[in-house]
Amino acid sequence: MANITATLELRDVSKSFGSVVALRNGRLTMMPGSIHALVGENGAGKSTLVKIIAGLYQRDSGSFEMEGRPVKFRSTADSKAAGVAVIYQEPTLFPDLSVTENVFMGRQPVGRFGRIDKASMRSEVADIIERLGVDIDPDRPTRGLSIADQQIIEIAKAISLDAKALIMDEPTAALSGVEVERLFAVARSLRDEGRALAFISHRFDEVFALCDTITVMRDGSYISTQPIGQTTEHDIVRLMVGRDVDELFPKVETTAGDVVLEVEGLRSPGVFDDITFQVRAGEIVGLAGLVGAGRSEVARAVFGVDGYTDGAVRLNGRPLPKNNPAAAMRAGIGFVPEDRRQQGLVIDAPIATNVTDAIRRGQLVKGAVVTQKREFAAAQRWAHELEVKCSALDAHAGTLSGGNQQKVVLAKWLAADPKLLIIDEPTRGIDVGTKSEVHRRMSELAAGGMAILMISSELPEVLGMADRVLVMHEGRVTAEIARADATPERVMFAATHNRQEVAA
Amino acid sequence: MSAPAKKSGLLRRAVRNRAFSILLVFAAIVVVTTVKNPTFLFSSDGWRALLLDPSIYVVLAIGEAIVIITKSVDLSVGSTMGLAAWSIGSAYLAWPTMPVPLAFALGVAVGAFLGFVNGGLVAVAKVPGMVITLGTMYIFRGVDILWAGSKRINPIDLSQEFRDLGNARLIPDFVDTGGVKLGSLPALTLLAVLVLIAVSWYMRNMRTGRQLYAIGSAPEAAELYGLPFRRLSFLAFVICGAMAGLAGAMFASRYATIMSTAGNGYEMQAIGAAVVGGVAIVGGSGTVLGAACGALLLTTINAALPILGVESFWQQAVVGALILGAITLDRVLANRNERRLVAERMSA
Repeated sequence: MANITATLELRDVSKSFGSVVALRNGRLTMMPGSIHALVGENGAGKSTLVKIIAGLYQRDSGSFEMEGRPVKFRSTADSKAAGVAVIYQEPTLFPDLSVTENVFMGRQPVGRFGRIDKASMRSEVADIIERLGVDIDPDRPTRGLSIADQQIIEIAKAISLDAKALIMDEPTAALSGVEVERLFAVARSLRDEGRALAFISHRFDEVFALCDTITVMRDGSYISTQPIGQTTEHDIVRLMVGRDVDELFPKVETTAGDVVLEVEGLRSPGVFDDITFQVRAGEIVGLAGLVGAGRSEVARAVFGVDGYTDGAVRLNGRPLPKNNPAAAMRAGIGFVPEDRRQQGLVIDAPIATNVTDAIRRGQLVKGAVVTQKREFAAAQRWAHELEVKCSALDAHAGTLSGGNQQKVVLAKWLAADPKLLIIDEPTRGIDVGTKSEVHRRMSELAAGGMAILMISSELPEVLGMADRVLVMHEGRVTAEIARADATPERVMFAATHNRQEVAA
Repeated sequence: MSAPAKKSGLLRRAVRNRAFSILLVFAAIVVVTTVKNPTFLFSSDGWRALLLDPSIYVVLAIGEAIVIITKSVDLSVGSTMGLAAWSIGSAYLAWPTMPVPLAFALGVAVGAFLGFVNGGLVAVAKVPGMVITLGTMYIFRGVDILWAGSKRINPIDLSQEFRDLGNARLIPDFVDTGGVKLGSLPALTLLAVLVLIAVSWYMRNMRTGRQLYAIGSAPEAAELYGLPFRRLSFLAFVICGAMAGLAGAMFASRYATIMSTAGNGYEMQAIGAAVVGGVAIVGGSGTVLGAACGALLLTTINAALPILGVESFWQQAVVGALILGAITLDRVLANRNERRLVAERMSA
């Protein structure tokens, strides 16, 4: 083992964006003829590491070697030239161009006068596609191809590049069972040709079926690398979460009251299915799971931003019409979305109008007119209540820090006095101080009888704040865990397995 | 997989291939108009106008199509053309015996420089090309007005050879049907056709040509592919500017009278021609041949409508309807095509 040179080796690689550290000490060694699994929670730094390898980001420190030689990629073109191919979860191809052109774009073989040699290009692509055992016409445009087919084209690209290292970032997330099998067969044959592969996935069954080595990351740091035969799923899950849930969360114990929100059999094909749960007054229900599990989509459907095909949503026993956010607001639902800059705020509007946005059609109106005076009075009250730190209420919301922006979004909904508040990622991108302020506020609101549905990708937040934890995996609720029983391992296990496996 | 039943060949080709369908419409217009007034085609002047008038628009539309293919648009081509034409006129004032090739080279150089300004601003400011060129459209025109004032260049100011080129026939009329002479080939038409062939070849067969399609088709994919996005977008604007400069030289040579208003409104004609020619405004698809055919059709319709007795108000509306029709057709075809591609894959 020791005398084989690693195809690709990263050590102590770090990357920060401003004050946010995305990667503390990334480490990955890809050996020829091996498929290496890279696992970790959301935000563990996997994607950052991949983007550094791909040349999309430049590392701040650490070493990066390919076949023993140090490399520095300034662009994706550099990494390609060195023999690195990355396949993303959602392939990015040129829909208007042919399959052949997509494989060769930017490095077409040229003859005299720089003329592209179309015939040799086409025959090489036809060969590769045949070798991969799929039936795709090399001349058709890539528009209309399934995700699985598009990934095959990405792989064809990698083969035609003669890539030494192939990294697949959650390639199976959008694939059916048959398509996954096809992808794995291709991956194994590439491995047997002596290429080094890395595979990022949240599905442990796939990781254990395909890979021979596994590296765990957590909080932007390298944790461990082991041969897959010497470890178990439970070990891996423990390594992935392996931290103490700090008791910093100012959770106020409350007794749950009447049912406020009732969701029954909600279904949206391909997004989520069979979603049934309740939220009671005074209760914080945490909706946990990995990114892409369908949590935000459920929240959007409940609030009426997106539609659903089956099922019902009731608030205080009264059915809510689907696909009608205005009705949801009137019925008493507030929704703090995940992307506050795009969806939570009108970023170029003053703070005052942002705070009063939810009551603009209600209490603020007097004789069909909203005066600036009343608007400012209301905004003043709620901005003060939530301690929004701003220079003036007519400053643009975009000038505020992330934490204060979130307070403005909260203030907007609190002004409307909702019965149910849905909060998607309440503290994403917020500094530690404001974080606990938001948490304290949520606790107080629940203690005051509000029902809260909280979506969070941060385990400590879920475990620290929620009275009950619902866990979703691939569009379905796989577990409902009471506060007392909620451990990081249980939640993580439910987030990475389907319902039968969790029940077993 | 069974191929869908073959429809009648002609209709099928017409729907699939925009250049072909436009040529059919073009032929129909020529036939109808000629029936109404035979001199539209069967006269030395009619024949010549039919070939000569579109040539300036063809060159403009070729440049515009390249920029639109990269998912941008250049609104300044009319002003660029005007400034290039005025530069040539001014050069002749200073040097009355300037050789013709040099005059054309000057026009192309001025245009390429203005395209360089456009492309540079778009690349540096990272602002959509439409906004930048809206600004430079007024700026270039302003420079033109400042420079030209109320003066004008008259035919007498230009060299004889330069003026002659604008009206030259490379092949003398070789068809002679009872006193009506046809078959000549105007020099500017040949020039436009040569440019069209060269640019078409470039867009099909050169790496950078294909990359221009790529960055228009999916900019985010272009970044992951490591394509030099800014350089390519810059290149598109420079080519477009050079084409507009060439069009300015052709304009000067053809009309031999240049004022500060030269090329006013030509940008809309160029964009219209590209759109009618099947160059999708969202980028990534269409051909310069299609755009050139679009220019041919729009010019010919403009010439035919008065003969057909359509009032000038309706002439504008007809052109507008044509553009809307082309966009609708594109949308419908794109949707159908997408469904077909998905279906083909499903049944494979």
